[in-house]
Amino acid sequence: MRRGLLLLAVAALTLLPACAARTGSSGGVPRAAEGTSLRRIQDRGKIAIGVKYDIPTFGYLNPRTNTLEGFDIDLGKAIAREVFGSESAADFKQAVSADRIPFLNTGQVDLVLSTMTANEERAQQIDFTDTYYVAGQSLLVKKDDAAIGGIRDIAGKTVCSVSGSTSERNIREKAPQAQVVLFGTYSECVQAMDTGRAEAVTTDDIILLGFVKDSPDRYKVVGGQFTIEPYAGGIAKNNPELLAAVNDAIKKLKSSGEWKRIYEKHLPGVPVPSNPPPVAWQDVYRMQPTGA
Amino acid sequence: MDLTLLWQGLLVTLQLSLLSIVLSLVIGTVIGVMRVAPLAPVAVFAEGYITFFRNIPLLIVLFFILNGLPASPIGLRLSFFETAVAGLSVYTAAYVAEVVRAGLQSLSRGQLEAARSLGMSWVTAMRFVLLPQTFAAIIPPLGSVFIALTKNTSLASAIAVPELLYQSRVVEARTFNPNILLIAGAMYLAITIPAGAAVNLLESRMSLARTRR
Repeated sequence: MRRGLLLLAVAALTLLPACAARTGSSGGVPRAAEGTSLRRIQDRGKIAIGVKYDIPTFGYLNPRTNTLEGFDIDLGKAIAREVFGSESAADFKQAVSADRIPFLNTGQVDLVLSTMTANEERAQQIDFTDTYYVAGQSLLVKKDDAAIGGIRDIAGKTVCSVSGSTSERNIREKAPQAQVVLFGTYSECVQAMDTGRAEAVTTDDIILLGFVKDSPDRYKVVGGQFTIEPYAGGIAKNNPELLAAVNDAIKKLKSSGEWKRIYEKHLPGVPVPSNPPPVAWQDVYRMQPTGA
Repeated sequence: MDLTLLWQGLLVTLQLSLLSIVLSLVIGTVIGVMRVAPLAPVAVFAEGYITFFRNIPLLIVLFFILNGLPASPIGLRLSFFETAVAGLSVYTAAYVAEVVRAGLQSLSRGQLEAARSLGMSWVTAMRFVLLPQTFAAIIPPLGSVFIALTKNTSLASAIAVPELLYQSRVVEARTFNPNILLIAGAMYLAITIPAGAAVNLLESRMSLARTRR
């Protein structure tokens, strides 16, 4: 009797992983053809996703919990679940602004979800997925700063941004009189403002709002949006299968309401648009800026 | 291809290098002399300085001067460029001090004793008898230290100093062309290789002058 129980237990234990494996592979898209990058990722069982680690709203390594959180992180997990059947297939790596396109082109990541603005120049280097968010560039200043109320006030002032970002180019264009200094990450820019070496930090409002959310008594966002920045995922060129699978996943997330749920979770207080952003980033540029 | 930014960066790299060479030579000589001083606290301080800066990454020194000093009780806030010059100088000074110390110790003891017996103070003997002889001998190792310093200026790109590497990263991001880095590398070589040749020339001149004497 006792032996019978033991055998049963052993049998159950050996069967358990088999069951788990079967349920694991039941989700996701069917196996792609041999030789495609989608197939290689499926064989590996992990999709390497480049994200930011220092943007509280979109991609943030929370120092208290030591876990990644944010819009891009949840989107990456949801895409991993839709395409590969499991959220744990998402293998996040840090990709700062200047690293995003090189990391894709050298195969260090399969997908970039790193607050990346889709535009014509970058589209010549990589492919963009469907748009998943529309941001606009704005200015972050110290809370007690009364001198800077918008883009027209920063002539002659020192403004910090990140090298390799669209924000860097936009600010030189929209405020040619401003002194631009560049760091590798936005958190270093905020630090430069803290130590009095920069008077403002400029990038997409939603990145700046993350810093306000973290320290509402120290910073504020001023001047509204002065650009339109459609965020899309990046994938190396010539991977149509992976691109199609990720786009299908994004469409599904938008229609199932999960996109809205992620939006509300990470951007509390920011009204969710009645419709998700247009599929093609080119269409986003035809919209009007929402701010001043 | 537009290389304007790279040329501007090269100019900043040269400014960084030259300023830091002068400052580190001054600080390093003082520390090196202190290192062989007959006063124990002075020698121990110099030894501590050398040990500290030779065994710590330069990038930490730079970030500390940038973000640590303004928050410290000293409250010293330097600009990005000043931070880079200060960091490179205090860091390289440790290497200069070691070279100066080795040079001083290679001189025969009789030099100091003779100077002292003529009534010179220890400092005067250093200044007029030992240091001049030392500098003639330590030109090659000093040259290596300063060439290393010139290459180390590229770390200033991490603290927003628009030097050569910083500007080439800006151009790289705009053109998506990583070959820009090769051009930047060639510009570094265009500084360091002639600098090395100049050091060699200077050395042979000096040794010639000595044998003629």
